[in-house]
Amino acid sequence: MITTRILPSALLDVRSPQRLLERNAMVYRRSWMVIFSGFFEPLFYLLSIRIGLSALVGDIEVGGKLIPYDEFVAPGLMAAAAMNGAVLESTMNVFHKWRQAKLYDSILATPMSAGDIAIGEIGFAVIRGLMYSTAFIFTMLALGMVKSAWIVMSVVACALIGFAFASIGMAWTTYMRSWADFEYVPAVTLPLFLFSATFYPLSSYGSWSWVVQLSPLYHGVVLVRASNLGEWSPSLVVHAGVLVGLSVVGMAVTASRIKTLLLK
Amino acid sequence: MPPPLITARSLVKRFGDLVAVDGIDVDVQPGEAFGFLGPNGAGKTSTMRMIGCVSPVSSGRLEIFGLDPAHEGRAIRSRIGVVPQLDQLDQELTVMENLVIYARYFDIPRAVAQSRAVELLDFVQLADRADDKVDPLSGGQKRRVSIARSLISEPELLLLDEPTTGLDPQARHLLWDRLHQLKERGATLVLTTHYMDEAEQLCDRLVVMDGGRIVAEGSPRALITEYATREVLEMRFGRGRNEERVDDVLGVGERVEVLPDRLLVYVADGESALAELHARSVIPESALVRRSSLEDVFLRLTGRTLVD
Repeated sequence: MITTRILPSALLDVRSPQRLLERNAMVYRRSWMVIFSGFFEPLFYLLSIRIGLSALVGDIEVGGKLIPYDEFVAPGLMAAAAMNGAVLESTMNVFHKWRQAKLYDSILATPMSAGDIAIGEIGFAVIRGLMYSTAFIFTMLALGMVKSAWIVMSVVACALIGFAFASIGMAWTTYMRSWADFEYVPAVTLPLFLFSATFYPLSSYGSWSWVVQLSPLYHGVVLVRASNLGEWSPSLVVHAGVLVGLSVVGMAVTASRIKTLLLK
Repeated sequence: MPPPLITARSLVKRFGDLVAVDGIDVDVQPGEAFGFLGPNGAGKTSTMRMIGCVSPVSSGRLEIFGLDPAHEGRAIRSRIGVVPQLDQLDQELTVMENLVIYARYFDIPRAVAQSRAVELLDFVQLADRADDKVDPLSGGQKRRVSIARSLISEPELLLLDEPTTGLDPQARHLLWDRLHQLKERGATLVLTTHYMDEAEQLCDRLVVMDGGRIVAEGSPRALITEYATREVLEMRFGRGRNEERVDDVLGVGERVEVLPDRLLVYVADGESALAELHARSVIPESALVRRSSLEDVFLRLTGRTLVD
């Protein structure tokens, strides 16, 4: 089978990843507010843009249509919220559980596998990101910024963003040696947040727009923006494909790293 | 005889150039309490990790329940309980939750997990700490939680890696008592230890490991009979003066062992040996006659300052 050649064996042995969700739900049950910590940042951005900046900037053209600036930015912030949630959970929290709490060592002594841990933890990070995104939709709804019932599709788009960032984030975390290495995380996510056609359209970047297209978040922003406007085009499949591809690579790397580092 | 629960033949574990386990043969029978005794770095933990299917075999053959860990690790792990050397309890959960979620990793239904957790916390005398976080517990209490946790899946085989290292004597005795009870119920225990008294207390049979190899095998009693005398006469002549008194004590026992702080004379009757030395006017600062132990076997086998 071709998948067996592309995917490492660690990712094929997955049976009960949902146990990690169960475990993390047990932990957050007591401190569920913490899980929303990363939601407020994009929310404050949205409010500040709506209150002041939007009037100064005026309308923006998207696909031949003019929309107010705050409605242009909102989907970008929503995509960023999904990224933030996924990255927070898959980097710092995973590192703590892996290196300090030795949680994965004890789980690997049970019938659970390296693949179960990789998929379970990534899945939980996605859920955390989705909680931010969903809260964001309700905020947009309350502010009258939702343009189309297709906004529900943005949840799917945010799930793809979450998977891509959680997978890459956790894979990256397996290479981190100390807390100092986490200085690099915002050094990556902040430029992604600012330069993924979040605050201005791709055309503003002129001949540099190809750089923007290297950002995984850009592909997510395009998907969320399309959902909010309810405007679909075949090119969206490519954007979704990029996120799916990154997810698969990240999950595969994570699963095999757990296997080589903890099952030695 | 039933087939062995664990069979190892020429089992080897290598980490790069380092050979941690250097070709060992082991059979563990159902219902047996089997020990790996040896100093740090002898290869005990590496062996345990291979048996626990969390470390691939470098070469040789290993079967647990007749299954191959390389291909049926998940199936084997579902029938094993593990008490790791350092308690790897979930710090973010309570004692009770630790047991319940661990059961869930074994796909045990939540209700069953709950009721087993209650029973097990009772068994390890921690029912009153069920809703506490793990961190404030003492070392002995944490180890007891680890044992309760390892039993939640009702394992056919229990692996304990240095179960009482770092515990105070009272905590050790409580733990030994619980492990004895498990033994009486027919559990198969495999444990590592560098405490000779622990091996004597708990193990029906043990292997002594040194440098990745097995240097002796048998029941604690048989090993003592084979490698030591019935009694040991311990004498202190004062720091630095023990070595020079070796010649004086030669001949009263079968063997003399020199340690930095004392001389050990291996002899069938310690009191009469001491009396004979007194007659020769060899008067130590202090003297003590005791029964020989696995410690003496170990001293003999690993060949530390052996003087005949």
